[in-house]
Amino acid sequence: MLAFNFFGATEGGLFDINATLPLMAIQVVALTYILNSLFFKPVGNVVEKREKFVSNNIIEAKNKLSEVKKLEADLLTQLQSARTEAQRIVSEAENESDKLYKEALELANNEANASKEKARLEIENQTSAARDQLSKQADDLSELIVNRLILEK
Amino acid sequence: MFLNSLLTNFAALEVGQHLYWQIGNIRLHGQVFLTSWILLGALLVFISLGTKKMENDPKGLQNLLEFLWDYIRDLARTQIGEKVYRDWMPFIGTLFLFVFVSNWGGALIPWRLIKLPSGELGAPTADINTTIALALLVSLSYFYAGLSNKGWRYFEYYVHPTPIMLPFKILEDFTKPLSLSFRLFGNILADELVVGVLVFLVPLILPIPVMFLGLFTSAIQALIFATLAAYYIGEAVEEHH
Repeated sequence: MLAFNFFGATEGGLFDINATLPLMAIQVVALTYILNSLFFKPVGNVVEKREKFVSNNIIEAKNKLSEVKKLEADLLTQLQSARTEAQRIVSEAENESDKLYKEALELANNEANASKEKARLEIENQTSAARDQLSKQADDLSELIVNRLILEK
Repeated sequence: MFLNSLLTNFAALEVGQHLYWQIGNIRLHGQVFLTSWILLGALLVFISLGTKKMENDPKGLQNLLEFLWDYIRDLARTQIGEKVYRDWMPFIGTLFLFVFVSNWGGALIPWRLIKLPSGELGAPTADINTTIALALLVSLSYFYAGLSNKGWRYFEYYVHPTPIMLPFKILEDFTKPLSLSFRLFGNILADELVVGVLVFLVPLILPIPVMFLGLFTSAIQALIFATLAAYYIGEAVEEHH
């Protein structure tokens, strides 16, 4: 046996190597198996299960997020097209109403012009008629005056 | 002789004295087994309590044990590598826990209050038998890891990168367990001796910082032992290209 006499101890000493060594080795190996079944396996199972759960959830969340982003982009394009469509419809309606307004205005103008012309013509007719009548009366009168003057003589 | 008697009497420490158990023809250091059984019993009770009711949402002791598990896994994974760390994690973890519990138990529990007929109770890792047992287990483990993972190609490691390395690599197989066992043994024994001498000389306040330093050393030694064991196993299973 490796038994140094160290520090004056009568037997043993610091470097007294004996059957404690192999028995301690066996004890540690046994402890490894005990700890494996009591500690490393159960805790490992729980931790790894949770890690799997968390990573699965993260993947799922990422998938959902990308889906949401896709839907958002979809909605955005739909919104864009709806907006341009609405703009188109509004401008079309504006053009239409503008056209209608212009047509109505022209029609009214024409009608007004026509009635104005008609009135003018009537006035002219009446004026000429009145003037004719007047000149005829003047003629009659002048003839009467002439006749009277001649008769008096 | 004078120095010897001075040291033993002056420090009033029973250095190198053991409580011998005689079983047939073999002699055992009883105090090592006694303290290791008490400490390992406490460890097993602690672990059983923590793993009794495992939940997906960890609370209390389970949380602590999961932290410990994660710590050991990281240690094993970084040193051994992603491929085989799972096989060796229980061994590395057991080494770490055993050394840590032994060191801290030896430093924290006032064993001196319990009188033994011969020798005194203390950290099991302050006995050379324990540390050599641990170191030899590490040696066997890395040989087994290398041979079981790579077969005879394991011995390529000895001539890698050049055959000049062969004598040094063979020497390493001897120095690895030697340095592992003596580092742990020396650190823990020295810590116990320093605290013992200081307590004897100045039984007030002064030993307290040294005791804290001892706790720090104890934790560091456990980490070093486990890390080196994992590193040796990792070295043995590593593939050279």
